[in-house]
Amino acid sequence: MQAMMEKRAIELLENGTVNRVLGWSAGEFPYDMTPAVFESVEELQNNFVYNDFCGANLSKYLIKESRKEGKILVFLKPCDTYSFNQLIAEHRVIRENVYVIGIECFGKVDVEKLKAMGLSGITGIIAKNGIYTVETIYGNKEVKMADAMAERCLSCKSKKHVVYDELIGEDGEVVDDCNRFDMVEKLEAMTPDERFAFWRGELSRCIRCNACRNVCPACTCEHCVFDNPNSGIAQKAAVNSFEENMFHIIRAFHVAGRCTDCGECSRVCPQNIPLHLLNRKFIKDMNEFYGEYQAGEDPNAKPPLGTFRTGDREA
Amino acid sequence: MKKLTNLNAFFAAIAAKQALYLPVDNSVGKAEYKKWQDGTVYSSALNTARSAKDFFFPQTENLMEFKMEGKKIDVIDTREECEDFVIFGVRACDAASFDILDRVYLVDPVDSYYKNRREHGTVVTLACNRPAETCFCGAFGIDAGNPLGDVTAWKVEDGYVLRANTEKGEALLACVADLLTDTDDAAVKKEQEKLRAIMAKLPLANLTTDGVGEGLTKELFDRPEWAALSESCIGCGTCTFVCPTCQCYDIRDFDTGHGIQRFRCWDSCMYSDFTKMAHGNPRVSQLERFRQRFMHKLVYFPDNNDGIFGCVGCGRCLASCPISMNIVKVMKTLAKGGNQ
Repeated sequence: MQAMMEKRAIELLENGTVNRVLGWSAGEFPYDMTPAVFESVEELQNNFVYNDFCGANLSKYLIKESRKEGKILVFLKPCDTYSFNQLIAEHRVIRENVYVIGIECFGKVDVEKLKAMGLSGITGIIAKNGIYTVETIYGNKEVKMADAMAERCLSCKSKKHVVYDELIGEDGEVVDDCNRFDMVEKLEAMTPDERFAFWRGELSRCIRCNACRNVCPACTCEHCVFDNPNSGIAQKAAVNSFEENMFHIIRAFHVAGRCTDCGECSRVCPQNIPLHLLNRKFIKDMNEFYGEYQAGEDPNAKPPLGTFRTGDREA
Repeated sequence: MKKLTNLNAFFAAIAAKQALYLPVDNSVGKAEYKKWQDGTVYSSALNTARSAKDFFFPQTENLMEFKMEGKKIDVIDTREECEDFVIFGVRACDAASFDILDRVYLVDPVDSYYKNRREHGTVVTLACNRPAETCFCGAFGIDAGNPLGDVTAWKVEDGYVLRANTEKGEALLACVADLLTDTDDAAVKKEQEKLRAIMAKLPLANLTTDGVGEGLTKELFDRPEWAALSESCIGCGTCTFVCPTCQCYDIRDFDTGHGIQRFRCWDSCMYSDFTKMAHGNPRVSQLERFRQRFMHKLVYFPDNNDGIFGCVGCGRCLASCPISMNIVKVMKTLAKGGNQ
């Protein structure tokens, strides 16, 4: 995959279709790739990497990148294309300044899962036939790819690219039985007290680093209300911890109807808070109240919370 | 040196006299400091997700309160003498971070909130025996096999070996004397030998501070590499908040409806309103904010503190950055293209 992507990126850079490439650059370890913009063939040849650890959704970078001179090539996984489409719908990304290559995705790996298996001192990870050989300074271990897959990929909602200029690999289908609402249903089945205790427990670990907000492709306000001292609710960490919890709830409300369920919030949380469950609850409710809707699927669709129909339920 | 075979009895004996905190696995399998009580299971994790700085420099704390009644305002001093407590299992990196924080908070003007906790806390460190690929304390001259603190502990084949380093440490060991026997340093030396062999194999074993350090502001400030390094930074505060040495805070007022709680909370140089003043923000781009964080740790702090770096190589930021950019990548990049 990496070789095909690199080859195509070089071609498009050389023939002038694009002047920059947004991808991933190599890290210190086999799993810590950093999103990067490549401006030359040489840079691509030296540093471009793509593997199962390239989980980051690159769509949000395009808000800034599509406003620079020239056209930028971006590699998007199926789930990333929903975010990209949503950003187009919200006029946040300038479509004509982006060349999208959709890349086939078999799921991404969460290195934390490998570490949770007791693997430490990781020096190499070799993938072959669905098995990773994880090389560490304490010895090697074989791990099934499925056992290391990121949580969000275990309930992947779509293998289909909803927008692209060209594809590398095959396009897939929307996954109807992805079971992504299973945990939401479990939470719904709880008593209000149990549910309150669940969320207070999870959110008690929050360190207010804002990684969830800053990585979120739906959080694109130029000046977030939580950063605005004149809003009266700007906080880095409030004295009252319930106030602090409200940050996540307010944020979930704000992205409701626009969240594509890309899962970046939970991926980046340094405290492993399952933030995506808040968003999924809203998605599930909207599906039930206003009919099935997937944000980002169609940039011209009318969003349920941005549309009024006389038959809408009142509460 | 003293030998301890019954760790749980040691915990119980300490906890009977003062609060004892130690790393415990939480519901998501990460270690965090929790208060010991009977039945608490000591985590086998290399380190806690959050650093041990929380004990002395908590994420938020009330500095004072104002109560309003009509036109009368009462100013209430919220400071109370802190109770004695013990932290067990602090690694060499975090123990070294306390010295860095001391250089900020215990110099004139002394931070009385910090000093209060520092004076009442006894730190028991634990030597590492299974470092991770993200570890690089050695680059800053820290010995993971000989951590500091009031008491140093080593896990050896048949128990633990303890060494008191300070008066506070002596006092702690004296109150559990019946659980300890005298021993020599043979078992400790054996463990240190094993650790040294492991440390040499770590991927960051050869990381050095070449190219960074005191006196290099002019050479490093305008280096063109900052642009590419900071390019994908999303401007969150993860690195600063998991960092054991990040020490910046903000002071804000919380309106309770009938008064004000003036609190301070950790701040992050990655945030857009960091050090915002009447005229605005001195660092308007993410490049400038990003550069500030690393220049502070690798140049400005050493400049003002006898060459001591503001990083202890704990590796938390390497493991938690959403886009996997970190101080190691910065150090290596700056070292590579020197003298430009």
